[in-house]
Amino acid sequence: MLEMKSRWAPYWQAAPLAIVLLIFFVLPLLVTLAVSFWTYTGYSIEPAMVSDNYASAFDKCLASLPDLCTTFRTYLSTLKFCLIVWLITLVLGFTVAYFLVFEVKSNNMRLILALITTIPFWTSNVIRMISWIPLLGRNGVVNQWLLSVGLISEPLDWLLYSNFSVVLALVHLNTVFMIVPILNSMSRIDKSLVEAAYDTGASGWQTLWNVIIPLSKTGIAIGSIFVITVVMGDFISIGLMGGQQIASAGKVIESQINALQFPIAAANAVVLLAIVLMIIWTLLRFVDIRKEL
Amino acid sequence: MNDKTKNGISQSGISRRTLLKGSAITAGFLGTTAVTGFPAVHADEPITLRYLSTATNQSAAIAAKAKEITGINIEYVTVTTDDVTKRIITQPDSFDLVDTEYFSLRNLIPSGNFQAIDANKVKLVDKLATAITKGEVDGKKIGHQGTAPHKVLYLEKQRGKTFANEQTEWLTLIPTTYNADTLGIRPDLIKRPIESWAELLNPEFKGKASILNIPSIGIMDAAMVNEALGTVKYGDKGNMTKEEIDKTIATLIEAKKAGQFRAFWSDFNESVNLMASGETVIQSMWSPAVTAVRLKGIPCTFQPLKEGYRAWASGFGLPKTLKGKQLDAAYEFINWFLDGWAGAHLNRQGYYAAVLDTAQANMEPFEWAFWMEGKPAEKDILGPDGGLLEKAGSVRDGGSYNTRMGAVACWNSIMDENAYMIQKWNEFIAA
Repeated sequence: MLEMKSRWAPYWQAAPLAIVLLIFFVLPLLVTLAVSFWTYTGYSIEPAMVSDNYASAFDKCLASLPDLCTTFRTYLSTLKFCLIVWLITLVLGFTVAYFLVFEVKSNNMRLILALITTIPFWTSNVIRMISWIPLLGRNGVVNQWLLSVGLISEPLDWLLYSNFSVVLALVHLNTVFMIVPILNSMSRIDKSLVEAAYDTGASGWQTLWNVIIPLSKTGIAIGSIFVITVVMGDFISIGLMGGQQIASAGKVIESQINALQFPIAAANAVVLLAIVLMIIWTLLRFVDIRKEL
Repeated sequence: MNDKTKNGISQSGISRRTLLKGSAITAGFLGTTAVTGFPAVHADEPITLRYLSTATNQSAAIAAKAKEITGINIEYVTVTTDDVTKRIITQPDSFDLVDTEYFSLRNLIPSGNFQAIDANKVKLVDKLATAITKGEVDGKKIGHQGTAPHKVLYLEKQRGKTFANEQTEWLTLIPTTYNADTLGIRPDLIKRPIESWAELLNPEFKGKASILNIPSIGIMDAAMVNEALGTVKYGDKGNMTKEEIDKTIATLIEAKKAGQFRAFWSDFNESVNLMASGETVIQSMWSPAVTAVRLKGIPCTFQPLKEGYRAWASGFGLPKTLKGKQLDAAYEFINWFLDGWAGAHLNRQGYYAAVLDTAQANMEPFEWAFWMEGKPAEKDILGPDGGLLEKAGSVRDGGSYNTRMGAVACWNSIMDENAYMIQKWNEFIAA
């Protein structure tokens, strides 16, 4: 009896979460997958098994090569943001985490500083986005300051509604997702390993490269997954900061949903999901997260 | 769907709590739940109507006045333009009354989620503005391109799915508000007269123009521009052929690549921010957004243009499932709405009321002269909330009702090639 209980206990303990995930995650995903093969009119969707939606998602994509079709261009643009934002947040996040773990000596101070990194999340996403306008706009604070000190004679337009502002906002939003997991892995590095490296004559860079980075790999991988999935699916930040002039996969899906074209939106969502999963799968080739957790 | 779940949860919650505690409060709660489920049982309880629409058409003042006069509780359900349509198609039981645009009827009516409104139960049905019922203003025909309301106003039968070509006693929507839209400009920054839609793509305003990113409306503004430029000749701007869509989008893409647009906007507040901050000086705009910019003390004009206006109209529709006392209450509310108080309230926001006579009876003569006759304001013009809108002596942009509505060139619409249009629009955004 006791043996039975202990054998089944973990399953019972995992069941609530499993059920929640099944109902609110797996099931909707399956529905999305099913609907992506349905047909639709302006006001109805009909169960079917057609690949038209995928065909129109990639309409003329092969025919128009080497020119890129809308879908390829959209994903390429999203991937470009993804790469830039990932690199910047990685460097920033790693540096901040390194500083907090190895440079800050007091535990209280470390806690306070770590909490400060969450400041960007003290207000809603939309308000945060809108506040960039008075800062970066044509008549915004930055432009007015640059004009008044005589660095420029005309306001800089590229500060807002540009690739620059999109990257800025995405970095601002996502750096903390990189900091936290890296901080977590780094703080578990045995300090004596670092001392041993120094004692055996390694330079600061050699220690960083051969000791600290390999031991922070799990945190880097988890942070990367957070950042990449958020940026790939983002359409609110890209929309608001890009002045809606920059396409994103999410925005394409949104305008199709608004036009009641649910099946084609579902097809695009499946494509997006597949691409994100491929990126994560590639990432996991390099780091075995489970082994290190 | 939503409601069923909600009731299911609350009922099971109650039975358990009743068993456990049996308190008086719980019993009272149970009572109210029963009323919501079966309103007919408690005849003297006030009736609540769930009123689905965008924020623009909702006002706490109208709900309060309706409660005072008719005793009906209005419970606003606020969503965006696209979501109104989505809710009607996907959750037709989640509202009792909807205020939606005529142009979406081409998708809504075939879904069968509406019941037509019985003309015999609407007292002022013969007084509805001719701009809506016949596409005429002051006896003269106005632009009929697009989904002009008179084309989709009547059904052949109450549960019908086809529009009638002539007047019947089954109306799809009873009009609430309508207006003529044009470009908004910053006269202080442009410093010269603007007379044509073509100016939106004038390189003079490079990096300072905007168009709205709601495809079905944005494409119409783009068509007005293309027609004004002479680049495309349209059979019907509101129902383009694939070739016309291609050409329209091509012009937009060219302008976008040349850096003409500062940003696109898709909601009211974005358009206000762009204009008020000076990021844009010329853009697609809605009338209350122009007012909002002006209320900040920033000059902004809802500029009349020689090619005319793009008009829209919205109205009350009834879900197919509404019946009994709720249905009677909906008719009572619609009748009250047309009776003038609400109409006057809407006229003061710069919209137009469905029944003009009764709205006039509820406005001061100087207000009527300013809003509807295009005359200089004799006194300061106050908004519905009592705030100062216009100083004495000013004239409404575009002038009188007859001049503005008389110059309508086309109506918001859903095209036959809607799916193709959306695809091309996404191409424009990605360009």
